[in-house]
Amino acid sequence: MPRTGRLTTATAVLAAISALATACTGQGADTASDDPKADVTLNFWHGWSAPSEAKAIEENIARFEKAHPNIKVQVTGNMTDDKINQALRAGGDKAPDVVSSFTTDSVGKFCNSRAFADLNPFLAKSGVDKTKVFPKTLLEYTQFDGNQCTLPLLHDAYGLVYNKTAFAAAGITEPPKTWSRFTEVAQKLTKLKGDSYEQVGLMPTFHGYETKPTRLAAQWGATYFGADGKSNLAGDPAFAKMLTAQKDLVDKLGGYEKLERFRNTFGDEWSAEHPFHTGQVAMQIDGEWRASMAKEAGVPFEIGTAPLPVPDEQAADYGKGYVAGTIMGIASGSKKQNAAWELVKYMTTDTEAVVAFANAIHNVPSTLAALESPNLQVTPEFKTFLDIARHPKSSSTPAKADGGTYQLTFEDFAYGVEKGDVTDIPAGLAKTDQQIDTDIAKAK
Amino acid sequence: MTGAHPLRSKRRRSALRTAAFLSPWLIGFAVFFLYPLLSTVYFSFTRYDGFRQPAFNGLDNWSYVFTDYPLFWPAMRNTLWLVLVMVTCRVAFGLGIGLLITKIKTGTGVFRTLFYLPYLAPPVAATLAFVFLLNPGTGPVNTLLDAVGLPTPGWFTDADWSKPALTALALWGVGDLMVIFMAALLDVPKEQYEAAELDGAGAWARFRHITLPNISPIIMFAVVTGVIQAMQYYAQPLVAGKVAAGVIGGSGQQFEPGYPDKSTLTLPQLVYNLGFQRFDYGTACVVALVLFALSMAFTALLMRRRGGLIGAGE
Repeated sequence: MPRTGRLTTATAVLAAISALATACTGQGADTASDDPKADVTLNFWHGWSAPSEAKAIEENIARFEKAHPNIKVQVTGNMTDDKINQALRAGGDKAPDVVSSFTTDSVGKFCNSRAFADLNPFLAKSGVDKTKVFPKTLLEYTQFDGNQCTLPLLHDAYGLVYNKTAFAAAGITEPPKTWSRFTEVAQKLTKLKGDSYEQVGLMPTFHGYETKPTRLAAQWGATYFGADGKSNLAGDPAFAKMLTAQKDLVDKLGGYEKLERFRNTFGDEWSAEHPFHTGQVAMQIDGEWRASMAKEAGVPFEIGTAPLPVPDEQAADYGKGYVAGTIMGIASGSKKQNAAWELVKYMTTDTEAVVAFANAIHNVPSTLAALESPNLQVTPEFKTFLDIARHPKSSSTPAKADGGTYQLTFEDFAYGVEKGDVTDIPAGLAKTDQQIDTDIAKAK
Repeated sequence: MTGAHPLRSKRRRSALRTAAFLSPWLIGFAVFFLYPLLSTVYFSFTRYDGFRQPAFNGLDNWSYVFTDYPLFWPAMRNTLWLVLVMVTCRVAFGLGIGLLITKIKTGTGVFRTLFYLPYLAPPVAATLAFVFLLNPGTGPVNTLLDAVGLPTPGWFTDADWSKPALTALALWGVGDLMVIFMAALLDVPKEQYEAAELDGAGAWARFRHITLPNISPIIMFAVVTGVIQAMQYYAQPLVAGKVAAGVIGGSGQQFEPGYPDKSTLTLPQLVYNLGFQRFDYGTACVVALVLFALSMAFTALLMRRRGGLIGAGE
């Protein structure tokens, strides 16, 4: 066959394959035309699995069904993001109409790919002014490029949970407010045992459960992206300062390798054997759930909570922290979007529903009204996290087209710093910026 | 003229009959192999997230994988390491155990059972058990090593030791190979050994010149299937990396596989990570095709070598 003939044949084959593959690709519905008053059954998938959490969901759903007799809700719990992603792609009658996910980081991907329907038209149709219902930070992390494809369903604030008894034994009278004091306290609380530890003041490595670079970067007030949308890790000195301070703490507590070996003796983060419960760590960077989990585990010491320390030069901003949380959206492939909106609206904006759910699972409420509600059960430990959530300088990580890949890239660099593999942090951050920009450009 | 007609129709009937007999295979081949393969090739040239229509983007995915994707080359190196080292160790160990058990006079059944049982353990459970056994701080292996004054490796927490730890896990579950090798070893004609002994051949000479040529097709089978398994190695390194990194689930944290230092990252993990977690089917297809090409190359190489081995045996 002549060369041009072969080329033509190859092009024709490729075109045929393209047509075939394209024909097999599903496409979500563009508009919601279903009648919200019609009798429907909605599939609602969520990730909660503990019996108390599942019960809280069921109670909320029962209240919703009572208020909307035409809508039945089929609830499926314990769903991971991977399963949710597959079901959204596959579509069909068994796929979820309404989804909640713990991974705030996925919002950019969900909105950018149109996996979830834009909720702005639904909010407008219902006369809900989202800026008056939700705190600003929460609205930022639930939308991408103006597409409000999810809404917040409760949220998490990150602070410090500490062993008051260990503090008293070490002669420490109050939680540290600045990073230098935090370093001193962590060292003071560290007890050696042979070439390992009996107790560390804090597990400072970035594999130490909730001790993530993003949590610490929030304390330095770091900005991930510039006004031009480009990655700003090298441009904002906060990142290099945070990484240097964390590396210094790792070294002062015994070094990366020794700490990682000790970390490997820890129990599961979500079990009663969590190292904070067992007394292996005296301070834990964690969410609002930790204090109640520790109490449920029957710890023999007194528990205290406080905001995370801030860098010494930002002492005036003490009280701020990192916030994230659960999100809720409507599958763009759902044929019952108007009915689904009724459920989303109820779960995310109804003050009674939000407060009841927050009380049941000890998470921070996600609406301004629920945060101020007199029905909210507030223990002294929980109040710390409510205050962090309300703090004007508390921040989150922005939604991007690549989901949370940019955070993982930054995290990967941070692992190298804490391990001592990185000698030139600014140069490394500049390279990380390039990688993040490449990944985001590709994801768009 | 009149005679050609019935012949043509007979040929046509014969061809139709052949096609009818072949059709189950042809349909299976087209649906489960050809169509997915062609789709993978097509999607590798598109920006496709599984939700929106695929958009042709030329060689973008290919150049991204080979030049910009920071996880590809570490995963490629790890996969090749596993193919070369883990497969070699597994075949050698399986053959060694098979040889040993065929030589044992008493209690063969007990040893066979002991070596075969671990193979029946589900991969995730076996991996969890190994992470526990090899825990650098509290694991019994390091406690034992420490007691006899030997250095205690970090195993799944140390990038230099994580792949040897995975290899140890693979050797523990070598029961399948042991059974195959035992069957092959017992099939070697006894008279060949007797003749060699009469000629004064020692144990090594008997193994080299009688056992090895007789079982070479089985060795080749073990190597080819081992290479394919190593290319598809997914669950064990992922579970080991996640558990050692302290990420089991819960608050919805993202996790990039490969802990520590990308040392447990494999190509199949990238396919999953790109396609199903990053919503980038196009790039996932590129990695899948690289994996396919590698498997084909290894198999072709081994099949050529197989001809040599069988020739030597004959």
